[in-house]
Amino acid sequence: MKRLLTGLLTGLLTGLPLIPAAFADSVLVTNAKLMSMGPSGTQDGVSVLIEDGVISGIGTDISATADTVINAGGAVVTPALFAGATGTGLVEVNAVRESADGSMKETKDNTVQVEFDVRDAYSPLSSLVGVTRVEGFGYSLLSASGGQYSVAGRGSLVDFDGGFESFDGRDVLFIDVGGYAADKVGGSRAGHWMMLEGIMADLKRRSAEREYLSQSGKDYLKDLTKNGVFIFVANRAADIRKVISFSEKYGLNSVIAGAREAWLLAEELASSGIAVMVNGLDNLPSNFDALGSRLDNAALLHGAGVQVLFTSGETHNARKIRQGAGTAVAHGMPYDAALEAMTTAPSRIFGGRPRSLEVGNRADLVIWDGDPLEVTSYATSVILDGKVTSMETRQSKLLKRYLPEDAGLGRAYINR
Amino acid sequence: MNFFRSKLLFAIVACLSPLANAEGPFPSTYEAPAHNPTLITNATVLTGDGQRLDGASVYFANGKIVDVSSSAPEVDEYVRIIDAKGRWVTPGVIDVHSHLGVYPSPDVDAHSDGNEATAPVTAEVWAEHSIWPQDPGFGRALAGGVTTLQILPGSANLFGGRAVTLKNVASVSYQGMKFPDAPYGLKMACGENPKRVYGRKGSGPSTRMGNIAGYRTAWIKAQDYRDEHAKYEALSADEQKDAKKPKRDLELETLAGVLNGEIIIHMHCYRADEMLTILDLAEEFDYKVGTFHHGVEAYKIANELAENDVCGALWADWWGFKMEAYDGIQENIALVDRPDGSCAVVHSDSDEGIQRLNQEAAKAMSRGVKAGLDIPPERAITWITSNAAKSLGIEDDTGSLTPGKMADVVLWSGNPFSVYTKADHVFIDGVHRYDRMNPELQPVSDFELGQLLEAGE
Repeated sequence: MKRLLTGLLTGLLTGLPLIPAAFADSVLVTNAKLMSMGPSGTQDGVSVLIEDGVISGIGTDISATADTVINAGGAVVTPALFAGATGTGLVEVNAVRESADGSMKETKDNTVQVEFDVRDAYSPLSSLVGVTRVEGFGYSLLSASGGQYSVAGRGSLVDFDGGFESFDGRDVLFIDVGGYAADKVGGSRAGHWMMLEGIMADLKRRSAEREYLSQSGKDYLKDLTKNGVFIFVANRAADIRKVISFSEKYGLNSVIAGAREAWLLAEELASSGIAVMVNGLDNLPSNFDALGSRLDNAALLHGAGVQVLFTSGETHNARKIRQGAGTAVAHGMPYDAALEAMTTAPSRIFGGRPRSLEVGNRADLVIWDGDPLEVTSYATSVILDGKVTSMETRQSKLLKRYLPEDAGLGRAYINR
Repeated sequence: MNFFRSKLLFAIVACLSPLANAEGPFPSTYEAPAHNPTLITNATVLTGDGQRLDGASVYFANGKIVDVSSSAPEVDEYVRIIDAKGRWVTPGVIDVHSHLGVYPSPDVDAHSDGNEATAPVTAEVWAEHSIWPQDPGFGRALAGGVTTLQILPGSANLFGGRAVTLKNVASVSYQGMKFPDAPYGLKMACGENPKRVYGRKGSGPSTRMGNIAGYRTAWIKAQDYRDEHAKYEALSADEQKDAKKPKRDLELETLAGVLNGEIIIHMHCYRADEMLTILDLAEEFDYKVGTFHHGVEAYKIANELAENDVCGALWADWWGFKMEAYDGIQENIALVDRPDGSCAVVHSDSDEGIQRLNQEAAKAMSRGVKAGLDIPPERAITWITSNAAKSLGIEDDTGSLTPGKMADVVLWSGNPFSVYTKADHVFIDGVHRYDRMNPELQPVSDFELGQLLEAGE
């Protein structure tokens, strides 16, 4: 009864449909090498009992039966991975404009778009959600990207559990202050700061006096400064330094994405408490903002005490983020820190429920055939919200269609 | 060398070896400097042609592979010996699809020289004339074990221009990198890119049928040009005095080079149905398609590719960025590799991917094994070594650790099919060009020299 009550309460709190929780399937994962990424650490040969979507027991002495039992055979079990900042569920094909909703090209006043929220365009039925999920990813930072102006719009964490509104954590505002985006603000990156100072000043102005913000934009921004997260895309050390001082000035909860030259400011970042989100594969001077790009960026930042998160810069191929994290490890980042960045750390930055595999936490976990950061490994089972999710995708169906050497009447008939 | 002699030489070599580039204009100036022989012992060796030897040694001298065997040969005391216990040796990695130098880092408009996107047929341009040898990407690729790479024009055009094969050696000129006697490639492109670029310009092609008409029109001209020149060359010296010498045309010269079997076709093509149309097109004009590049749907026609002796140069996991890439699957390479006579190649098309083609091959191998195919490491390594060499027409020179071939060798810190493994040493023609532990053996481009000095770095 207590469990039923908890389920009902959870339903009420998250606004999900009230399916009586007592009817939910239970799952028992046995013989796991459990990397909880929480206080209980790593344990060999344990069982994980999942009831009503929640981890209800972890141990070697669990005798309960369950509707579904999966013998992990000693394999590694981790929390479901973080897919980085992506547009998963916002795009089907990049070059097919009508299927891509991650950015806004023009706004009514062509200045800021605090009001633009990509969550309004999210579809959990996109083929990309499944393609990403089967590779061991449970959630992502749904991102507004590639806008024409400094402020790209809002998003948040999103769970790949099939829900239409499976958003979690705080509102996140995406802002680009790099040299590339500067074209849109008059040709100088100083234009970003002119505009950003202007919109902060707008917060204190009456509507008739405001330069940039509409009333709703002002309301959103006000809330963001109190409860939200600001992601600044910045790579050049000088721009990163500017983000640090701007964030301090206005008391913003900020993250720096890209952060190619962040290692040059590792100490300052550590004392500011600002986290960074890097691509572990970045090492080329791709432009004059990234002259200091290097593969041990993540290792150096972590060593200085900066919270490091990963992203791949990809959406269709978001699964590639594992290779970036593995590469960061190959170049000096401690393994546990990299795995933490890929599992539990994002919720510390972007809010939402804890992602570690501890009793009482939601059961979002993955069984691997090997080391989750190794390129030859893959997920064998993905459990989200306590449910064993399907490993079928458009891509697995295409494989099934073209794997047989004899196609009989034609491949079009191999469609189950 | 005077003009006539060089022309004569070209004619002779062209007769003997239809694929030889020989002494054309802009000749290679690359020469391997003098160096000591090297013996690597106690290694796990993947030979590049399908063999695996454990606890084996690799000996190379005077720029050539001399011996690969389970027992180390007796060598003179001046030979450098590297104990590779726990480490792996492979042939140098070959990338058949790179835009290093033509789309270099930094990615600025001033260096964006990869697509002559002013007309759909630009067979007259040569990628080498756009290469900036100071692209820092070359050095990064070397750290990933890449010893040979083909630089292609982009895919905006039906005929994008000539591709060139380079040795990955730091040089102030592309001539100093040019792979001696490697055949030229000709970049062609199917599908969305040409029709998008020229559809927008309003000049066409704007459809796939327009693309095909564009190829056919060009090949008809090329056939006439070839015949006209062949007819003239067949005349005696006296007759040539009286006959009118046909005019030289750079565009048609390259196309005729393909029809004569001297230049290899590298065709950017994603969709299975389009690749089959291109094979018919090649039959109509009696030329050979060497390699389909990108081929995101190549797995749908793996048998046809093998039957036609066409390589598929593919990505491990890219998909979905445009409509013709929508059906990409991670088992593509493994399925293309499956038929007898296949030629699966892992390519990069990326300044990041070229740094870790071993890992790209690892991903493709692992997905194939997961699907039930038997692909050991000694097979998967062929995708970035011997098969890639075949794609470029240099398989007699490099791509495997066969005695007599170029000593293009990588010593890896461990199993190359791992994210944690790095290239420890890279040799090109036997010359030690990269040492992970020795900064003095790590090339730095002019562009990167002295950057961020103000930061104390």
